[in-house]
Amino acid sequence: MQNNQIKLPTYVETPSINKDSMAGEGPFKATVEIQNNLGFPGEKVENWHQVAIDKMSETKSKYRSVQVFLDSCMKCGACTDKCHYFLGTSDPKNMPVARQDLFRSVYRRHFTFAGKYFPKLVGAKDLDEDMLDDWYNYFHQCSQCRRCAVFCPSGIDTSEISMAAREVMNVIGVGQKYTNQILGKVKKIGNNLGMPEPALRDTLLDLEEEIKYDTGVDVKLPIDIKNSEVLMVSPSADFFAEPHIDGLIGYAKVFHESGVSWTLSSYASEAANFGMFIGNYDVMREGALRIRKSALDLNVKRVIVGECGHAWRVAYSFWNTLSGIGGGAEDDYALKLQNQLDSNYPQPQHMIEFTYDLIQNNKLSFDKSKNNHRVVTFHDSCNVARGSNMGDIKNGQFILPREVIRAACNNFIDMHKDSIKSSTFCCGGGGGLLTDDLIDLRIKGAKPRMHALKQSEQESGVNTLAAICAICKSQFSRVLANYDFDPYMVVSVHQLVSDAIILKEKLDQ
Amino acid sequence: MSPISIFFIIFFYIASLIFILGVSYKLVQYWNTPVPLKIPIAPSSLDKKGVFLRFFREIFLFSSLFKASKWTWLFGWTFHLALVLLFFRHLVYFWPGDVPLILYKIEPFKYAAYPLVFGLTGLLGRRIFVDRIRYISSPSDYLMLLALIFIALTGMFMTFGHNHPNLLMVKNFTEGLITFQWSELPGEIIFLAHIFPVFCLIAIFPISKLLHAPGIFFSPTLNQVDNARKRRHISDWASKKDNDLKIELENNKKDD
Repeated sequence: MQNNQIKLPTYVETPSINKDSMAGEGPFKATVEIQNNLGFPGEKVENWHQVAIDKMSETKSKYRSVQVFLDSCMKCGACTDKCHYFLGTSDPKNMPVARQDLFRSVYRRHFTFAGKYFPKLVGAKDLDEDMLDDWYNYFHQCSQCRRCAVFCPSGIDTSEISMAAREVMNVIGVGQKYTNQILGKVKKIGNNLGMPEPALRDTLLDLEEEIKYDTGVDVKLPIDIKNSEVLMVSPSADFFAEPHIDGLIGYAKVFHESGVSWTLSSYASEAANFGMFIGNYDVMREGALRIRKSALDLNVKRVIVGECGHAWRVAYSFWNTLSGIGGGAEDDYALKLQNQLDSNYPQPQHMIEFTYDLIQNNKLSFDKSKNNHRVVTFHDSCNVARGSNMGDIKNGQFILPREVIRAACNNFIDMHKDSIKSSTFCCGGGGGLLTDDLIDLRIKGAKPRMHALKQSEQESGVNTLAAICAICKSQFSRVLANYDFDPYMVVSVHQLVSDAIILKEKLDQ
Repeated sequence: MSPISIFFIIFFYIASLIFILGVSYKLVQYWNTPVPLKIPIAPSSLDKKGVFLRFFREIFLFSSLFKASKWTWLFGWTFHLALVLLFFRHLVYFWPGDVPLILYKIEPFKYAAYPLVFGLTGLLGRRIFVDRIRYISSPSDYLMLLALIFIALTGMFMTFGHNHPNLLMVKNFTEGLITFQWSELPGEIIFLAHIFPVFCLIAIFPISKLLHAPGIFFSPTLNQVDNARKRRHISDWASKKDNDLKIELENNKKDD
């Protein structure tokens, strides 16, 4: 066993503040080429200060959230012990209000009467080199999970501020390598991995063979099939990463059993939309337009999204706005697509909703004993939990995944109530932080989730952690070992489905 | 008229003017700023009724704060409730002409001063002794609490210590402010010390964190209906992008 494992009590303690404990230079910066690819300056522009202030002014005039949130924090401190990065690092600048204040203090200095004439009194600060360094460092220690916003009496959402700050930094030429490089790949090839169409086709063929070998059934993973009923858009991690790929197999089996024709798309081979992480509407929209184009080109009736947290928030909450994938539009642009889509179903739908509906209608059979070796708990992925819904019923995003798990497993136990549902902790790697240059932060940020998991392990013998987010799955696989867990205990919800589902074709034989 | 009365009359009008113009400006600014995306926060509401109930819980019960911290909730909620009761209690001094009976009947609201001081002291204590909250506090955060405590204590000293100023003069003065027929202010220092910070707080309202009061109603996280899939939500500037794209596509077609 490793010596650097972190010993955990089974409750979450609020640490005393430890100033500058996470001070540093932040994640790797994007190169000139990466920046230019997205239309941002390659290097910090000469008059960066003025450009930044102008961009702040523009952003707050285009986003009511930013303007209102900058004004209406009363510094009550309700959020100070809610961020997993603060709980894990004890750096006070990781308290949500203090993180916002990095941006707010500059707003006050440049845009408010009190800050212009009495800066010391109201904590207004200039945007100087040191402040910019703090912005870069600490706005890349926010995973935009929105846990703080659940507890804020004014509804202030730090993720809106951190998106705005990243947008300002990109515009002056200070971008983050990991996120912007990936966005470049989506722009060029269509997915985060930069996996070209032939490689994708090969992978899918391999998977079909694998399923045939395991089950004896011809389960297909179709791609670019026109006039299919369903366009399936999943995170590209589902095509290659463990344990994600077993989830993709699960989707394929469910579609197979449903008898609904479906297809993946080589043009829109990515559900995740990192455009949200950098708060850039155009980049985010560009990603969403790929899905729109695919849905139109392939002439599908439904769009379904795979297990991916931020993707589902963007799909559920933003797609209708960004690219008209949804319902209830009145404009020609969106109606062109919406008239094609089947209005009997919500558009887009989550794969969990699709599977749940089949279960409700007794269209799927399970041998739950196949999962008897597992005691399963469910990690509510932050952006699904706090920024979306499923099933169009109140709290459906918490109910449906659990019902799907219960349909496939006999042993399901929830973690501590303060760490699930709307109070769920981020995995520690969301919002553009899933990069090795931030591994220290990722390990520390996972601490509150690991606390709750440890408690469930000790009290209920939990040995399986199910998730519905590509980032959560990758992040947990990486950090579980640091907390004395088996890194292979993390699974896709649809892997549980996949393992227990009874494929009828086999019975007929 | 005494210089002190003139000073307070002018100060009152300046403070009120700043308050009305400043808050109107902020309300118009918030109203006019677009909301490009649907960003309701869990537990979100699937219909307008749900949003209404959510605001009811937030405004009257501080439900999110209750979830966050029981101490802050206790102090904060007590303070705000007491403030509202005392506001109504003070209407009797402002009511022009015949005062409705109800304003006399709520006289016992004066005892809300005790929970007011309790709540404010608790909030100040948290600011001083909890290291996280001390870290995020600016001088203005302490000053506002101290001003409120000072207002409460001077008020209590007058009400419960039997140091009332001439209430008829007070009433004539406030009536005068409203009817522009100004009259002399009672000269007791304690009374002046009571109303001076009140006028100050009114004046700084639109340029300070006191904006949280109107701000909460404009929070998209709280006031949006969670129905993004059912209704297309689009702001003007984003809608323009749709049109630009449509024109571009049509032009491409012509080129073909």
